[in-house]
Amino acid sequence: MKTRAKNFEDSAIASMAALGINLNEIPRWNCCGAVYSLADDDLIHQLAPVRDLIRVKEQEQGKVVVLCSLCFNTLKRANLLMRNDAEKRKTLNIFMDEEIDYNGEVEVVHLLEVLRDDIGWKTISDRLKVPLKNLKLAPYYGCTLLRPQEVAIDQVERPTILRQLLQALGAEPIDFPFAAKCCGSFQVIGNREVALESAWNILSSAVRWQAEALVLSCPLCDFNLAGKQEEIKQKYREFKGIPTLYFTQLLALAFGLDSKVCRFELNYQDPRPLLESKGLL
Amino acid sequence: MRVEISSEKISGDFAKKVKEISREDILLCYQCGMCSAGCPIAFAMDLLPNQIIQLVQLGLEEDIAKSKTIWLCASCITCSVRCPRGLDLCKVMEALRLISLRKNIDYIRPAEISRDALAKLPQIVLVSSFRKHTA
Repeated sequence: MKTRAKNFEDSAIASMAALGINLNEIPRWNCCGAVYSLADDDLIHQLAPVRDLIRVKEQEQGKVVVLCSLCFNTLKRANLLMRNDAEKRKTLNIFMDEEIDYNGEVEVVHLLEVLRDDIGWKTISDRLKVPLKNLKLAPYYGCTLLRPQEVAIDQVERPTILRQLLQALGAEPIDFPFAAKCCGSFQVIGNREVALESAWNILSSAVRWQAEALVLSCPLCDFNLAGKQEEIKQKYREFKGIPTLYFTQLLALAFGLDSKVCRFELNYQDPRPLLESKGLL
Repeated sequence: MRVEISSEKISGDFAKKVKEISREDILLCYQCGMCSAGCPIAFAMDLLPNQIIQLVQLGLEEDIAKSKTIWLCASCITCSVRCPRGLDLCKVMEALRLISLRKNIDYIRPAEISRDALAKLPQIVLVSSFRKHTA
C-alpha cells in the first residue's frame, strides 16, 4: 500500500474524506504476513496480525478498516482465532509478554463493507458529481474477500457488493464467470507460467464479456492482472490489454475530486485514455 | 497409475502427521471430485486435489512428494468452501507443504531471484511467496 499501491491508498483517503470519514492510520503497524497460516501448530505466524489488532485496541477503537484484501483476510482470520480458540489465545498472550492481553475485541472490516453497511449506496449516489456513464466495468473479487465463509464480506459464490457499488456510481457492471477465481497469487515467483495462465483466464474472460476495465481491491491481484499484461501479450498475441482500477479510484472520480488523488500514473495499465474517451477526465 | 497399498502405510505416521498439522479428518473424503472440478489451477496439476487426499488416506507420502500439486495450490480456498464433507483441503495442502519445508527443503530459493526481478516485485508477492514456499 505504502510503496506499490499509493494509488489505492490516496484515492481511498480522499474519497472517504469526501464522505465525511477520516481514516486514521494505525500507529506502529507491522506487516500482517500477507497470508494466513493454515497450520494448527504454527502459532508464530499469528503474532504479526494479532500485534496489529493490539495496536488498534490500544487506540480504544472498536473497528479497524482494511483496504487490501489480503490484509483483510489475514487480520480477520487471526481475530477469529483470538476470539474462538481459548487455548491458542492464552499461548499467544503469554508469548507477547509486554503487550496488553488481546481477546478479539476489535472488529475487522473491509472498506467495501463500510461503504455498504455504514454509509449506504443511496448516500454514495447522492454524492455523485460525475456519474461513470457508459463505462463497462468488470468487478473482480478474487479470493480473500470471499473465502473462507467465516470472513466473507458477501455471498461466497454469488457476490454482488462491487456490482452494487458500481451501479451506485453510475457505471455499467459486467458480471463475468471468472470474477472470484484466483489470480495466481504468489505463484508468480515459484510457478510463473501457471500464474500468467491464471491471469490470462481472468483477463480474457473479462474481455470476452466486453468489459472495458476490471475493478479490484487487492494490490497482489493488481500486480498479476495488470502488472503482468506485457508478459501475457508475448504469449497471447491477440490480447490488446485492459486497464485495472481500484474501486477507490472510481469513487474519487465519481465524487468529482481532483483526479490527482487517483494517482492514475501509478496504474500498471494506464486507464486515462479509456476515461478520457468517456469524457470522465 | 498402479498403486500399492499396505496396512502399515495406511496406519503409519504420515497420515497422523498430516492430521496433526492440519487438524482435519482426512477420512471424511469420499472422492466426489468437487474440489478438483472447481480448482482454478487443476489445469497445471499432475495429480488432482482429490487424488492427493486419497494418497494421504493411503499413507503414500512418496507419491505426493513426486507431484508438483501441493506447490501449485495457492490456498484460494475454493475447494474448502465447496467440499460437501466439510474437509478443509487447503489446510491439508498446507500441512503437506510444511512436512516438506520442515525438513528444510525450500521450494523456491530467494537468493536466485535476480536483482532486476526483485526491484519489480511488490513486497506483498515476496512475503506471501516466501511464507508459502520457503522453510
